[in-house]
Amino acid sequence: MVPVECYFVLSALLFFIGVYGFVTRRNLIAMLISIELVLNAVDINFAAFNRLLFPGELEGFFMTLFSIGVSAAESAVAIAIIINVYRNFKNDSVDAISNMKG
Amino acid sequence: MASIIVFSILAVVILGSALLCVTTKRIMRAATYMLFVLFGVAGLYFLLDYTYLGAAQIAVYAGGVTMIYVFAIQLVSKQTLQGMVEHIKCSRMLQGLLLSVVGLATVAVVFLKNSFISAATTDELPMDQIGNALLGSDKYQYVLPFEFISVFLLACIIGGLVVSRKKED
Repeated sequence: MVPVECYFVLSALLFFIGVYGFVTRRNLIAMLISIELVLNAVDINFAAFNRLLFPGELEGFFMTLFSIGVSAAESAVAIAIIINVYRNFKNDSVDAISNMKG
Repeated sequence: MASIIVFSILAVVILGSALLCVTTKRIMRAATYMLFVLFGVAGLYFLLDYTYLGAAQIAVYAGGVTMIYVFAIQLVSKQTLQGMVEHIKCSRMLQGLLLSVVGLATVAVVFLKNSFISAATTDELPMDQIGNALLGSDKYQYVLPFEFISVFLLACIIGGLVVSRKKED
């Protein structure tokens, strides 16, 4: 049986690796990938809390399940916006996007 | 004992792939490393005996989201595919490193100040319990968010189509 602290350490490290990537990268898709890492870290925490500390209940389980669904929808919309941005600005870096009208 | 070994392997895979994912300069490689991270997280769910959650993770994330990313990379830029080198400023790298270390220290302080009472069971969560909780409307049952998420997904599909449509002029 893996102690619950191991999961928390792992997810904290994964979360801050994602934060580092989000701050460092300037490419829109790379930033989105970092957000996915952060979301996964949070999902691990929800599942581990639910399974190892409150095994009779299902809140963390369903939070993780719905979070997976919401993040899929979020990445689909974000990719659509990025493709549109690239069409208007011919560039996929955040520093290139300086006005809203395109 | 075996589960600790499996956990260690998964942790090494997840953290190594995540580090390579945020430090590599090519976007296509970052997407591939993200796929490894997602598979590792699915392995963690299997290790926690949440088999349904692991299957959902593989089906939705590894099967769907990664495909969206690969398509977007192909559509957005030919240069990224051929190894466009992204310039990362040293100051920005320091800034990110500082932010992560400070955040990690905060989490570590909170973590060390609390103790967790483990109440673990080893049996697998039965599927009929998941199904009843997902589609029941009583207390601690989740049919309302389930329906909301279906409407939300529909709205996102329509929104994505509208946003990415070519203008006819």
